Amino acid sequence: MHLKTTLTGLLAATMLAGAGSAQAETLRLLTWGSYAPDELVQKFEEEYPDIEVEVTFSNNEEMIAKLRATGGAGFDLAQPSHDRIYAAQLEYDIYKPMDLSKIDTGVMEGKLLDGVKANTTIDGEVYAVPHQWGTSGLMADKTKAPDLKSWADLCDPAYKGKTSMRLKRTILLGTAYSMGEDPFAAYSDLEKYQGILDKVADKLIECKGNIKAYWQGGDDLSAMMLSGEIVGSETWDSTAYKLFDQNPNIVFVPPKEGALAWIDTFALPAKGKADDAAYKWINFVLRPENVTLMSASTGAIAAVKGGKDLLPEDKKAAVNAAFTDADIDNLKFFANIPPGVEDMEGKTLEKIKAATGG
Amino acid sequence: MQNKDIKRLTLILLFAPFALWILLLIILPHIGMVVLSLKEKVAPRVYEYSFANYLDFLHEPIYWNTLLRTGSMSLLVTALALLIGFPIAYYIAKIAGPRARGGLFLLCLIPLWVSDLIRSFGWILLLRETGVISNFLLWTGLIGQPVEFLYNDAAVIVGLVYTVILFMIVPLVSTLDGMDNSMIEAGYNLGGNGFTVLRRIIIPYAMPGIVAGCIVTFMLSAGSYLTPILLGGKNSSWFTEQIYNQFITRFNWEGGAAFGMLLLLFTSIVIWLGLKLSGQTLANTVAKS
Repeated sequence: MHLKTTLTGLLAATMLAGAGSAQAETLRLLTWGSYAPDELVQKFEEEYPDIEVEVTFSNNEEMIAKLRATGGAGFDLAQPSHDRIYAAQLEYDIYKPMDLSKIDTGVMEGKLLDGVKANTTIDGEVYAVPHQWGTSGLMADKTKAPDLKSWADLCDPAYKGKTSMRLKRTILLGTAYSMGEDPFAAYSDLEKYQGILDKVADKLIECKGNIKAYWQGGDDLSAMMLSGEIVGSETWDSTAYKLFDQNPNIVFVPPKEGALAWIDTFALPAKGKADDAAYKWINFVLRPENVTLMSASTGAIAAVKGGKDLLPEDKKAAVNAAFTDADIDNLKFFANIPPGVEDMEGKTLEKIKAATGG
Repeated sequence: MQNKDIKRLTLILLFAPFALWILLLIILPHIGMVVLSLKEKVAPRVYEYSFANYLDFLHEPIYWNTLLRTGSMSLLVTALALLIGFPIAYYIAKIAGPRARGGLFLLCLIPLWVSDLIRSFGWILLLRETGVISNFLLWTGLIGQPVEFLYNDAAVIVGLVYTVILFMIVPLVSTLDGMDNSMIEAGYNLGGNGFTVLRRIIIPYAMPGIVAGCIVTFMLSAGSYLTPILLGGKNSSWFTEQIYNQFITRFNWEGGAAFGMLLLLFTSIVIWLGLKLSGQTLANTVAKS
């Protein structure tokens, strides 16, 4: 009996605490590292003094895991990539539909907005709008690896022990393209996709001897690249742009098969409590003067009209050094991940990691 | 009568935080994990009870190989920690003077003041190809070109031993401390040499401490995540990494929960075997120190 009252008391106290913070309007942002630079957060809080911004840094997989754990509670705005919304919503019901009338969709680049809408519409409701886009591709020190042009070149014996990659789905997809397959087209036929994955796994296991180590995050990749321990790697373009600042010989190389393009979005968690504040943040960061601040921090291009021109000068130089217009036309946008594919890819990655290839 | 009530109340109050902690943070989550691990996804948002996740583990050699690998490497870490930690503990407990003892203990503690992550980064700075050790060897001329010490199993073992050795030293010091010096003297007086004294007097006496230290270090290394991930190479899988992958990369919480239970079961069996073989019990080892 006593225990029961204590527990009720505890529960009441927790709920009170929860309600208290909601009244002061806290915008709890679940986003990528560098996607909420202090400068912007401060500016936002000055403009809306009644809103306090709380930021949690994460990545695609962890965002979904966090929201799944609470059924979509605990955060008011999340920023998963456009291909990570459809299946996650179908399986775990963690987002809520967006009210597009509250967002200045007019400033967004039409092609990207339509693409994201097409990818994230379920039963006629739209679940996300685009924020920034960028690519995954290769990075090379052009003095030491001038010929690194294809995903397959990471396995070129000429660079034995001098290349790296992240053991995640990007390299599976890139390798599939380099073997002449079209993995996204195979998403509709999972048996065929498994066949492609098996071939990719064999190739990457064979390639293990060529790899120095698999990188885990932008920091260890940067350290290996800057110290010259590796001469080429699979990378996010933004990481390569940052290194370009420090060593102009390190450039982003869009693979000849086409760089893989992602769009990070805005999505509302199902049990978010500050939707209005979330809409305000979305409109705020899409304003031209704020776009430049954001891109300076993230290295990604905003999904607004003329987003490339709004990049800060140093990033613009890095992008121009990396991409030609033909490369842009050749971009391969990540296709929606159908349910089940994550499991197949995860198993393939485990197989590669466990293989004793060299 | 009243006095008895007060005593009882005190006991309940003192015991309550511990009981709540065990119940809310250990027992309930584990029951949740067991329930989760017995579910199988048959379609989006539809689950059925089955043993499928455990069968998956048995059918996939990658998984149980990783578990065995994690177990055997953790045993190696434990053995190395014991070999290195025992002389240190003996020196602190028996040879060092009372004033030096505090200082030495402090020296052992200091590495724990920084987080796991920072310590691992420290090792990375030392061991990497362009790191301190490689550069030093180059400078002395012992090697002709940079050598990579990082990203292999040896680096993982070194990092883990460094992390867990304190948990070996503390129980050893406390048991050795309780040992009467005259027992060692008696051993020598009766004609024993250093080795027989160590084997027949010191080690049997320190056995509870040794077993307690081994249990803690084994559990810590088998369950560690950061060190093997950061220092390990492209072939070094650790079982905790598999659990992480199941939960996060593959969105397969059911599988991850099953793996978590299997790791718990596996480490428990290893420890039970260890206790049986050494003839100790939990009550006179971990509970004592």
